[in-house]
Amino acid sequence: MSVTQDEFRDALLNPSQAVPGGLSDGAARPAGRRFNVYRNNVAVSLTEAMKEAFPVITRMLGTANMEGLAGLYLRAHPPSSPLMMHYGEHFPELLARTEQLSHLGYLPDVARLELALRRSYHAADAAPIDPQALALDPDRLLALRPTLAPAAQLVRSRWPIHALWLYNTRDGAPKPEPGAQDVLILRPEFDPEPHLLPPGGAALVQALQGGRTLGEAFYAATQEDPEHDLGASLTLLLAGGAITSFDAKR
Amino acid sequence: MLDNTHRPLGLPAGPGVGYKPQHFRDLLDDPGPVTWLEIHAENYMGDGGRPLAQLRHLSERFPISVHGVGLSIGGEAPLDRDHLARLKHLVGWLNPASFSEHLAWSTHDSHFLNDLLPLPYTDGTLARVCDHIDQVQEAVGRRMLLENPSSYLAFDESTWSEFDFLAEIARRTGCGLLLDVNNVFVSATNLDFSPQGYIDAFPLEQVGELHLGGHDEDEDDHGAPLLIDSHGREVVDPVWALLDHVLDRSGPKPVLVEWDTDVPDWPVLRAEAIRAQAALDRIPA
Repeated sequence: MSVTQDEFRDALLNPSQAVPGGLSDGAARPAGRRFNVYRNNVAVSLTEAMKEAFPVITRMLGTANMEGLAGLYLRAHPPSSPLMMHYGEHFPELLARTEQLSHLGYLPDVARLELALRRSYHAADAAPIDPQALALDPDRLLALRPTLAPAAQLVRSRWPIHALWLYNTRDGAPKPEPGAQDVLILRPEFDPEPHLLPPGGAALVQALQGGRTLGEAFYAATQEDPEHDLGASLTLLLAGGAITSFDAKR
Repeated sequence: MLDNTHRPLGLPAGPGVGYKPQHFRDLLDDPGPVTWLEIHAENYMGDGGRPLAQLRHLSERFPISVHGVGLSIGGEAPLDRDHLARLKHLVGWLNPASFSEHLAWSTHDSHFLNDLLPLPYTDGTLARVCDHIDQVQEAVGRRMLLENPSSYLAFDESTWSEFDFLAEIARRTGCGLLLDVNNVFVSATNLDFSPQGYIDAFPLEQVGELHLGGHDEDEDDHGAPLLIDSHGREVVDPVWALLDHVLDRSGPKPVLVEWDTDVPDWPVLRAEAIRAQAALDRIPA
C-alpha cells in the first residue's frame, strides 16, 4: 500500500483525520501516534513562527490565545513559501473576521504594524543622502523628487497603534488614548523604529512613495492639515536615513 | 565587497556550529575551537538588513556551509523554480564552502509545511530525487551534499534500505552525502535497527560533513522509546560514541553541532564544539 503526499499532507493538517495506512513502526504495527510527531513539528514550528512575528499581539492576547489563533491561521493560510520571514501576512484578516475579537477592533492594525516592522527589518539596504544636499533655496527644494528607502514603511490607522505598540513594548509608556495614528517605520541602520507622524505626515510620505516631488507631497500634506510643518517632516526623514536619492524635476 | 575568495573549497575537518544571531559577538570574540559555521539558507533570502550584514561579516572570518531546509527535494511535484533561483543567488554571492539539503519533502500543492517529511524508499522515489538533485546541482553550479533524515515511522512500500538508497543517489547524481549521526541514532532507536550496522553499511567515502544534535525522548503506542530530533539540548553520550565509531572508519571530517530550539548561551554550545574537537583529536593517525 502506498501513501501519496496528498494524503500525508491532508492528515498532517487535520488532527482529527485518521493516520494514513501503509505507515508502520518498523515492526509491521501501524504507525499510530508516531505520525503525530510530524503533526506536532508542523503545528509547533508554525505556532512559534507566529509568536515571533507578532510579539505585541501575543502580549495583548496572552500566549494561550495566540497559540489558538496560530492553529486557526495555519489551517486557513498554510505557508505558501519556504521563507518564514513572510509567514503571517494574512493574520490581520484573520483577526478582523474572528467574532470573539470584534470588541478589540484595533488588533488587525497592530498586526499590520508588526508585519511592516518585519518587512522593514528585511528590506534592502540603501545609503541615505547627506542632509546638506537639501540645503537649497525653497523653489529648488520643492522641485526635488526624493526616493525613500525600502525600509521606510507607512501604516495608517484609525486606532492609536503607535501608543498601543509603545505601551506593550516599553516600560513606563503611557496608557493609550483613543484616536487615529499614522506610523512611519524608519531603519537608520538595522533596527526598525516606529515614529508617530503628525497630521498630514502620512499624506506627504504616501506622495513621496508614489514618486511625487516634494512640492506636490507638501501640497498633499496640507490638504489633510493646512498647518503641516514640512521642515519637521523632512527632519524626521533625514534623521531616519529615509531619503536615499533625489532627482531634480525638469 | 565581500572578501572570502581566498578560502579553499570545502569545509575544514574541524568543529562547526549552526549559526544563531544571538551568538554573533561571541563567535567573533571567543570562537573556541569553532572553525566554520552553518546557516539555514532560507533565513538569508531577504533583501537586506541585519541578517545579510552579519552573514557578510562572518563569511570573511569563517568558511560557511549553506544548509537548505525548504527545497523539498523529495516532493512529488516539480521543484519550486523561484526557490531554486533564490538558492542560486545566495550561493552565487556568498561563495560558501559547502551547500547541502535533505532527503525529505516539505512542499505540496504550494503548501510549505515547515518540516522535513519522510519518503518511501522505492525505485520511483529514487528516480524523482535523482532528477531533482540533477536540477539543483545544475542550477547552483556545484556538487551538493544530501542529508539522511530522522525517521519516526516506516513506509510499507519501501524496497530499499536507507543507506543503499543514499549510496545509489550519490552514485547516480555525483552528489555527496551529509551524515547526521544523531539522526542515525534516532532512526535506529525508533525503527529498531543497529546504528553501528547502519554506519558500517554507509558509503562514508561520499560523506562531506557530519551532523550532531540533541533529541527529546517520548514513547509510541506500545511504550517503545520514540526519540524526536528536536535540536534543543546537548548531544547524548551514545551519539558521541557513535561519532567515534564513524570517525574511526571515515577519518577526520567537518563535524557540526546543531542547536536550533531553546538556544543556549554561547559557552554551552562552545562546550559541545570542544567535545567535537576532542572526538576528532582522538582519531588514530
